[in-house]
Formats: sequence, structure tokens, C-alpha cells
Amino acid sequence: MGQQRITRAECAHVAALARLELTDEELDRFTGQLDELLDHVAEVEALDLGGLAPTMHALPIANLLRPDFRGEVLDRDEVLAQAPFAEGGQFRVPPVLGEAP
Amino acid sequence: MSAKVQSIPGLGAPADTEWETVVGLEVHAELATETKLFSASPNRFGGEPNTHIDPVSLGLPGSLPVLNEKAVELAIRVGLALNCRIQPSVFARKNYFYPDMPKDFQISQYDQPINVDGWLELPSGKRIGIERAHLEEDTGKTIHIGGGGRIHEAGYSLVDYNRAGVPLIEIVGHPELRSATEARQYVAELRSILVAVKASDGKMEEGSLRVDCNVSVRPVGSDRLGTRCEIKNVNSLRSLGRAIEYESRRQIELLTGGQAIEQQTRHWNEDDGRTHALRSKEEDYDYRYFPEPDLLPLDPSLEWVEQIRQDLPSLPRDRRLRLAEVAPSTDADHIALAVERSMDELALSAIDRGGVPERVMTHIVHNLADGSGKLAAEALAELVEMEEAGELTATQAKKVLALLVESGGSPQEAAQELGFEAMETGELESMVDGLIAQHPDEWSRFCEGDNKLTGFFVGQVMKATQGRADGKAVTQVLQSRKG
Repeated sequence: MGQQRITRAECAHVAALARLELTDEELDRFTGQLDELLDHVAEVEALDLGGLAPTMHALPIANLLRPDFRGEVLDRDEVLAQAPFAEGGQFRVPPVLGEAP
Repeated sequence: MSAKVQSIPGLGAPADTEWETVVGLEVHAELATETKLFSASPNRFGGEPNTHIDPVSLGLPGSLPVLNEKAVELAIRVGLALNCRIQPSVFARKNYFYPDMPKDFQISQYDQPINVDGWLELPSGKRIGIERAHLEEDTGKTIHIGGGGRIHEAGYSLVDYNRAGVPLIEIVGHPELRSATEARQYVAELRSILVAVKASDGKMEEGSLRVDCNVSVRPVGSDRLGTRCEIKNVNSLRSLGRAIEYESRRQIELLTGGQAIEQQTRHWNEDDGRTHALRSKEEDYDYRYFPEPDLLPLDPSLEWVEQIRQDLPSLPRDRRLRLAEVAPSTDADHIALAVERSMDELALSAIDRGGVPERVMTHIVHNLADGSGKLAAEALAELVEMEEAGELTATQAKKVLALLVESGGSPQEAAQELGFEAMETGELESMVDGLIAQHPDEWSRFCEGDNKLTGFFVGQVMKATQGRADGKAVTQVLQSRKG
């Protein structure tokens, strides 16, 4: 492993964004693993690929489109029966205030 | 005062500083497709909650998004109408946790949007740069119940996913607008364009057109941008203007008072006419965008784009120019109004069939505000001719017009149905003669040159004929009797 590419604090920040609660031991382990991944990315980055078009997707195809026709909708009662809480045809969730981020 | 604070343009500026408002807008428009962006449940406003849902819009495990071809076509139409370059694009995941998006990310275009580098021309001729116009999915709707609206007073929220996955185009303009008026003109013009190319219904009141505005101020002549605030919850053109005016005043007051502007998101409150801080930029979200692996890149062929370009309807700007050409004495606001109401085709057609432009435009602007209904261009042209020939008074013409809008047909028939047959000149003359005999005093004063009495006699004729007579014709008869 060369220079460290991700700090423990950055790893903790990313975990918090993903709503993951990590123990100190896990944080050490994942920081190391992410660092190795970034090392690998750095190796790829170091290659001279100037003459190649960027790859936009692993599959060499584009434009998979569907016609704008209506299909089946789900049965509301069946869907809501699987939710922890429902009320008046809606999903009932813990309070969320303000606007979506 | 720290060095950082001093670098903000205008801070501690002299009281007589002239300020300039700088506005950049982000407009979200729902695209007028039958189905959602990535799934086949209906894209329709309203409806019982959670009845337009499917596994993809609920983010159920194992469901996969498939891009709607029509949404792409509409996005390209918008791009072309805004003079953008259409380029290969990819979708990305914008990650955040909020119950309006059940899969915990929104699929949007990020670093490679479909449309880039365009412009929109304001009615003044000023061009506003468009940075990008990209595709993304709309979110569900949440409403908060109970708890008095404060976080510690718990309550709960209800979620309706009918809107989740509805296709949106987000149009990001450069901060080149310089006043609330320009911002309103920009949104009005953008809305007309979206409606004209049939990409969106443009209804702000139903939320199918939503505007976020970035506002900053700086001393006139400065070429640097001040710290901006983003204003959300602007639901009409009127609120847009009010919110920008309030916000720029607020910022100018802070700066002249020696305070700094904090970059933050603010919420417009229509009731108190102010903007309120929602969150500051420091706590802004880190969305961790990455390419959406479940969707393939989008690379529309040149042929497809060309086909869409050829099928593009005439744009509001060109339609205004065309109408102004055939109705040169109509003022610009009325021309714009006719185009905005999509009445320009009717006007052009009626004028083309011989309708006098001024009279045609008067009806279009003043008497057809609620739409033209069953009124045919031919009928409008004939109606105007009848007015020109004195066969109908202005009041009668209005009533005939209303009937034509309601039930179609020709103005001759409609006038007959309403009992507005033009009076024979002979009938009118004998009526005037009768009145002269009944009112000798008034008549002699009229003959002595008291022109106020013209109104008296015309009024009497109108009363007797229940408005059927033409005022001008009555005046002519009066003059001829004067000898």
C-alpha cells in the first residue's frame, strides 16, 4: 500500500451518509479496504488511455427504450398491507418536516 | 471584520450604492407522457393516493427501470426549442434518505445531461443562457399530520407515491436575469415554449412547473457575483416576482448594515410575504452521485433528433412576430397575450379571410379570454365584416360572439337567433321621425347645435329597439333630418 488515500474520518463520514453505524474496529477495517480499492482505481487511472473513447457502461449497447404505453398498476390495498403503517390510502411514516433534501 | 468577509462585494458599501439583483433560475417541468419515466404506471395529476403505482415507482427489490421513449423525445424537443446541443447522456443515482423516494435515491442526469449550452430569448430580445436541461424522475408527495408543525411535537407523515417516477425536465439557466420582472418574463416565456412544443402543460398551480430561484445582489458595475440564496416554494409568477423583490431587499439591507450574506436555502411564505431560512449550505447534503448501473447510456441518433427538429411546431417568439406582422397596430402585450392563449392561429386565419385586424384582435384579447370554443375563423371574419358594415353594434357583436363560442355556426344565423337583424333604413327613419314629433323641445335644442341631445335621441332609439339599432346609423338619420 502506498500513501493513504482515504482517512478514517472520511470513512466515518461516508458511513454516516449511508446511515451505517460502525464500531471502531469496523471503521479501521473498512478504511483499509476502501484504501486498497482506491489504490486499484489509481492503477487504472495511471494508464495512458488517451486514444480510447470513455466507456459509459459495461454493456456495449445504448438506447434501450420502452414505448409510452400504460401497464398494470399494483393493487393499493395489497401494497399497503405490507407496509408497517398505513392510513387513508397512504403510507404512514415517522414525521418528516421541511422539504426533501 | 475578517479578510474573508471583506471580499464579499458590496459589504459595508456606502448608503448611496446602487444595487443590482442577479437571478438564476432552475425550472422543473413535468413532461406530458402517458406513463412514468422508468415504468408503465400512469403519469396523471390527482387521482386517489397510491393508485398510480408499480414495483419500480415503489422501489421494490428486484424491479428494474426502463426508460420511456416519449420522455426522451419530449426532452429533445425542449432542448431544441431552447437552442441546446443534444448530446450522449447517462443517468446517475442521487442518494439521500427521505420517504418521498422509497429506493433512497433519485435517478437523475448529472455530469452528462442530454441538453447543454442553449439560450432563451426574452420579449425584450435579451438572451438568457441555458446551462443544461436534463431528465430526472419526480418524487412522491409527503404531508405532515398533527404535532403543530414543530419537530418536538411529533405527529407523523403520510406518503403518496402517485407522483414518484413522473418524468421531469430540469432547466438550469445562467444567472443572467437582472430583476424580478426579467425573471417573470423568463418563466412566462419558458412556460409558453414548453406548452407550444407540447412537452408539458406548464401548470404552476398543479405543480407541473416548479421554480427554484437563486438570488444575489451586487453593486452596479461589479463583475463578481455576491453570495446567493436559493428560494423554494414559489408557486406562481406573482410569488416569483414578490419573492425576488423581498429577497434582494433583505440582502441589500444586510450588506449596507455591514453584515454578510449566508449562503442558504430559503422558503418563500406567500402569507407573510417573506423568505425564511430552511437550511444553510454547510449542512447541505452530500448526494454521492454515481452512474446508475441499471440504465444504459442514451445516445439519440442524428436522424431521430433531425426528425424531432422538423416536427417542432412554431415557437412563441416566431408566432408573435407573425401575428404582429398582420396586425401591426396591436400593441405588443396584446400580441403576446394572444399567443400565450394559443389564439394566434385563429386570429391569423380570421385576418387572412378578410377580417379587419384591429377588430379581430379586440375580440381575441377582450372577448375570448375563456377560449374560442366552437368559434370558427371564418365566422369570426364574417362577424367582423358585419360590424364594419354597421349591421351589428359592438354590444350585439359581443353577444353574437358568445353564442358562436358556445354553439358554433355562422354569425348571420346567430344574430337572427338573438333577434339582432339589422334594421331597415326606412324603419329607422320613421322611428326617428316619430321621436322628433314626440320631443319637440329636445329637437329644437338639437337643431340649435346642442350635441348632447344626440345621445338622448340615440338612447331613445336603442330603448325602443332593445339595442338592435346601430348608433352611427341613428346619428346619420338625425343629421339628415336637421336639414
